[in-house]
Amino acid sequence: MDMISKEHKKEKLGFEETELRLGLPGGGGIVNGDLVINGKRGYTETVDLKLNLALKETGKEENSQKEKNLISCSNDSIKSPYKAQVVGWPPVRSFRKSIMAVQKRNSEGGGAAASFVKVSMDGAPYLRKVDLNMYKSYQDLYGALGKMFSSFTMGKCDSRGMMDFMNERKLMDVLNGSDFVPTYEDKDGDWMLVGDVPWEIFVGSCKRLRIMKGTEAIGLAPRAMEKCKNRS
Amino acid sequence: MSEDEELPDLDGGAARSINSTAVSGGGGDQNYVSPSPDQVLENVLENVLYFLTSRHDRNAASLVCKSWFRAEALTRSELFIGNCYSVSPGRVTNRFKQIKAIAIKGKPRFSDFSLLPPDWGAHFANWLRAMAASYRALEKVYLKRMCVTDEDLAITAHSFPFLKELVFVCCEGFGTDGLAIIARECRHIRVLELVDTDVTDDEVDWISCFPDNVTCLESLIFDCVETPINFEALERLVARSPSLKKLRLNSYISIRQLYRLMIRAPQLTHLGTGSFNTSEIVAQSEQEPDYLSAFAACKSLICLSGFKEIIPEYLSAIYPVCGILTSLNLSYANISAEQLKPVIRQCHKLQTFWALDSIGDEGLQAVSVACKDLRELRVFPVEALEDVEGPVSEVGLLTISEGCRKLQSILYFCQRMTNAAVIAMSKNCPDLVVFRLCIMGRHRPDHVTGEPMDEGFGAIVENCKKLTRLAVSGLLTDRVFKYIGQYGKLLRTLSVAFAGDSDLGLKYLLEGCPKLQKLEIRDCPFGDSALFAGLHHYYDMRFMWLSSCKVTRQGCEEVARQLPGLVVEVIASGEEENETNEYVDTMYLYRSLDRPRPDAPRFVHIL
Repeated sequence: MDMISKEHKKEKLGFEETELRLGLPGGGGIVNGDLVINGKRGYTETVDLKLNLALKETGKEENSQKEKNLISCSNDSIKSPYKAQVVGWPPVRSFRKSIMAVQKRNSEGGGAAASFVKVSMDGAPYLRKVDLNMYKSYQDLYGALGKMFSSFTMGKCDSRGMMDFMNERKLMDVLNGSDFVPTYEDKDGDWMLVGDVPWEIFVGSCKRLRIMKGTEAIGLAPRAMEKCKNRS
Repeated sequence: MSEDEELPDLDGGAARSINSTAVSGGGGDQNYVSPSPDQVLENVLENVLYFLTSRHDRNAASLVCKSWFRAEALTRSELFIGNCYSVSPGRVTNRFKQIKAIAIKGKPRFSDFSLLPPDWGAHFANWLRAMAASYRALEKVYLKRMCVTDEDLAITAHSFPFLKELVFVCCEGFGTDGLAIIARECRHIRVLELVDTDVTDDEVDWISCFPDNVTCLESLIFDCVETPINFEALERLVARSPSLKKLRLNSYISIRQLYRLMIRAPQLTHLGTGSFNTSEIVAQSEQEPDYLSAFAACKSLICLSGFKEIIPEYLSAIYPVCGILTSLNLSYANISAEQLKPVIRQCHKLQTFWALDSIGDEGLQAVSVACKDLRELRVFPVEALEDVEGPVSEVGLLTISEGCRKLQSILYFCQRMTNAAVIAMSKNCPDLVVFRLCIMGRHRPDHVTGEPMDEGFGAIVENCKKLTRLAVSGLLTDRVFKYIGQYGKLLRTLSVAFAGDSDLGLKYLLEGCPKLQKLEIRDCPFGDSALFAGLHHYYDMRFMWLSSCKVTRQGCEEVARQLPGLVVEVIASGEEENETNEYVDTMYLYRSLDRPRPDAPRFVHIL
């Protein structure tokens, strides 16, 4: 149909060939290869590896090859049908987008109340809030947290551990040992490690989240284990 | 605080006659800077200048000669800083001594869409320090896209005992702690407005912090503040604020609570209705308040907004005010055409209408039939995604253009559009000053002809002779920029994304549009040679933003070298230090009277 747009895209591809980009954390980048990614990722969504995505209409061989490489090394758990998008496009302010998301969910879910919890991160200047009902798994949640707090860590902290935190592929490694640990306060007022209980139970009992420095979270693990034992 | 108005020129005749009087009376050339100023001259000037309120007129007056410069500086009371980094606070406080009102704008607009790293700058603190020392009589502060902390608010409250108006638009960095300080300490506050501003929940009941006696509040706007509110305290506050005219509630206020507030404040002219939803499950038998009578009691209500979580069945409560409304903002209300129609057909006087595209082309048809006086229309997307079926299209745009001939400003998000509809609007609505069309699918052509959207936007710049602001989208070649350069002679603000074929596009713009002030471009194939084409013009611009284009660091350095009065910022996307990227991520340039800002973060390189 459009030769103009094809040529246009070819030209664009030229200068971006050397760049690698990953899809959005928590969502899948290249699920059905439908959508085109031309624009750069903003830093809220970039991770240390950027993998370029093939354009569906150009049929360039090397790009489809890159795409195959991308699929083979990407996190297998990214299966969501979420279509990857360019940062800041369409140009709708984020609070407008988020309000619509809340409304949509409310109308679809038959008016299920939003489950907003505050999220604080040690060292970050201010709090955020997340609606736990918007996520279906811990993976989703980590992705969102990573995006949310990358703004505090980018440019402030160069440590490899921080970068790993933002790269959700290595998130589980981070949680297993190094710098930052997500914890939550449950209905009983106890502070637990995120990830110990099944997702649904977590959503029901989480009152607030705190992303702690790893060193401070050390004392948590034993208590969390005890609680789980008591529950089961 | 709009700067897009056309302003009259200073009357040259009056200036000349004053000069000749001065020459005969004072002796000597009036341009001679004498150690003691010519008192007669300055007294005359002060009396004339007193009547000059527009800053454009005052800027012109200040250029006449040094006496005029001095006198103007002494008599200016309102200050507008369009770019907080274009001039240092110290220079401003040195020149102007009697400022009562100040407006400061910080970050470039693309920061709203996450294209600028946080911590880029625009810290109010820098300005506050200078202002606190020099402008004790300050009454009004207006900030847009600035970073403000709670501490800043505390200093503000303490430094300006006569503060009357505080307005924050698209700001961030403070929380309810800061609001509490303002409420408690600013005894003369009349206007407190938070618009599209991020306010953190410090779990402080700031509403209770207002003093207990009768307040002079005229405007209280906090619809964007997403924290719970102490409703009883708010109700008491409204009850003891007899001057309150504008009240915009947040989504934590239910419709029942809205009712209680409305019956206490029937004098309201501007109302933001909060959630327009019930917060608790109401038993069938329990009586609902008479919302209709509450609206009927508001005889002066001309501006209605809110509806943040609307239950559409409640919308009919606003019927009593539809006939007097001049502004209706339903842009958070996900309602259908059928739900809109009974409301909109009564809104004969409507001049401003904001809505979601859920109303569809059919809803827009109803608007075009009923709202013959419409001046401003904004249609926002329920789903801000590409590749979805949008409910509004060229059909809606066309019907609006046919029914609303007085249209001056439009912002329209859609998934598909045709050149024909845009051309029709250019002819039907000759008064258009602002035309912003966002076809959400990138590079999307005219969906009927398959052609680029060049002709449509070309017709807009050609036929709409008053156009000062334009945003383009869809599949666009260099041709559209040729048209803009050719016809856009009054254009001040232009927003471009995913458009153009080559450097020619940007060249056409920079060479053709003499009034261009604010140019924001993302993801276009514009490179260094296009950048150089604007060297003659950059000093006359407020700023230019280029992100994900094809400008190189060397190109930016060359511009900085040739134009020392320009600040050229190269902003990295943040995560890697390597220089393998051939092109810069983001270039943001702006003129500045002073040395580049000292507060640039690590990822910003000032050339």
